[in-house]
Amino acid sequence: MNKNKIYPWYFMAGALLVYFILFFLPGLLGVGYSFTDWSAYSTELNFVGLDNFRTIFSANENYTKIISNTLVFTLVTTVIKNVLGLALAVLLTKSVRFLNLHRSIVFMPSVLSTLIIGMLFKSILDAKSGLLNTALRACGLGFLAQKWLVSTEYAFGSVMAVDIWRGTGYIMTILIAGILSISTDYYEAAEIDGAGGIQKFRYITLPLILPTLATTTVLNIIYGLKVFDMVYALTNGGPGKATTEVLYTAVFKRFGTGQYAVGTALSSVMFVIMIFVGYFMIRLMTRNEVIE
Amino acid sequence: MKNPKRFTERLLRNLIAVMFSIPCLIPLLLIVFNSLKTKQAAAAMDLSLPALPIPWENFSVVIEKGKLAQSFLNSLLYSAGSVFLCVFFASAAAYVMSRNQTRINRFLYMFLVLGITLPINYVALSKVLITLRLNNTRGGIILLYTAMQLPFMTFLIHGFVAKVPTELDEAAVIDGCGPVRLFFLVVLPLLKPAVITAGVLTFLNTWNEFTAPLYFLNSTSKWPMTLSVYNFFGMYFKDWNLVCADILLTSLPVLLIYLLGQKYIVSGMTTGAVKG
Repeated sequence: MNKNKIYPWYFMAGALLVYFILFFLPGLLGVGYSFTDWSAYSTELNFVGLDNFRTIFSANENYTKIISNTLVFTLVTTVIKNVLGLALAVLLTKSVRFLNLHRSIVFMPSVLSTLIIGMLFKSILDAKSGLLNTALRACGLGFLAQKWLVSTEYAFGSVMAVDIWRGTGYIMTILIAGILSISTDYYEAAEIDGAGGIQKFRYITLPLILPTLATTTVLNIIYGLKVFDMVYALTNGGPGKATTEVLYTAVFKRFGTGQYAVGTALSSVMFVIMIFVGYFMIRLMTRNEVIE
Repeated sequence: MKNPKRFTERLLRNLIAVMFSIPCLIPLLLIVFNSLKTKQAAAAMDLSLPALPIPWENFSVVIEKGKLAQSFLNSLLYSAGSVFLCVFFASAAAYVMSRNQTRINRFLYMFLVLGITLPINYVALSKVLITLRLNNTRGGIILLYTAMQLPFMTFLIHGFVAKVPTELDEAAVIDGCGPVRLFFLVVLPLLKPAVITAGVLTFLNTWNEFTAPLYFLNSTSKWPMTLSVYNFFGMYFKDWNLVCADILLTSLPVLLIYLLGQKYIVSGMTTGAVKG
């Protein structure tokens, strides 16, 4: 049988066309535009070489801070979400009352809009009348109350904390699926040999869940580097000079002020890095697939 | 108690589980409680129970002032449109890419799925949209959402196609079935679980998305619910009862879909992470 006839190319055409024109092409064009002085103020387009990249990587601009913020955000949220998610996954695969209810509740923040979560936490974390500080004061822990979102000291930590709150349930859900796919034979054999709970985790669960942990790490990194919603809704980069600014809030601001060339250069740095890093990440994700 | 150690261990486990669940529940309770209060009672945004009588008019006020009917229809159009296009394009592409694994098709699959990791260059995209006259149009947003969701959904369905036996295709072809009929009448019905999963996930993602409208929709009459709730919050930030009512109405569709389609959402999100 002629496979090209039974499975014709035009079945792929729709997906490839839409994806190429509205997703990949802007990425490519963006790389090109980053070598120009494209802006909202002039209709002319001049080649400026590496000027935009010099701006981005020069020390006297905030961009290095923005890039390091993005990396710190990615690292911290990835590690904590994985650790907390794994702990919860282990807990919620044991005999706990209302097991499914717990799983559903912890996962729920992942289906709500980030923008809405941001608005709610703006109220919860309000310094004066927010729920968190009010509760702390009511418990006699008033000294712990902070200006969570408006002080340069705590703002970035608060943003990461809210993001961890939102994303842990998702990671947990994936890890639960990973733990449940481990054969119970291993645990039974270990029990006969007299292994305790910690030993079972260390020598059975952990090694067998490593591939799943690798995937959740990849997903977290992809998410963290591209984060926009959460920061936009909570602090929009503030307070002060770029305290919580990340790559994509910075791109959005350049877009708003008409500095298209710098915005597209910032975006392109990520685009080029992700083409290479992403290739390995995707290889990792597709490795479980059946290949004929 | 036969085994006191076991008992305390159990108790501790349950306590920890509750300790983690409650913080995840608090924001939802905040929304529900405060949407049922008067302006004065909701001003504190705390977890006290709403007093009777419940001011149900909050919802009608917010529907009118927040122009929710319009934005609800927009959101519905964007989500439904991109669910349809995305599921259709993704399943057709995943099917051929999985069944006919030539060198070029494998490359095209990788190329498409690479989009899961790639960031969108919104600045350059604006240029493309203007050139195509899709800027600030509803059709443009639907196509854009489709493009954003296609990589993951193709990946999701691709894994599933491999599980459908090829013998069926062969039998159908021998019986004189053409490629189009083969796909729609034989294969697609068997892909139903994956298609539903992809549809549910696309719906959730597009319903919650607001970055693309933020960049490309200038007129408020085209805004989806998430963006208009944010706008409403900016105008009525002192009326938490109304803001909460607005948030509740905006979140209701996703919460409903989550409750009804949890099985599909979880299976879709774990694709690729766990050996099936």
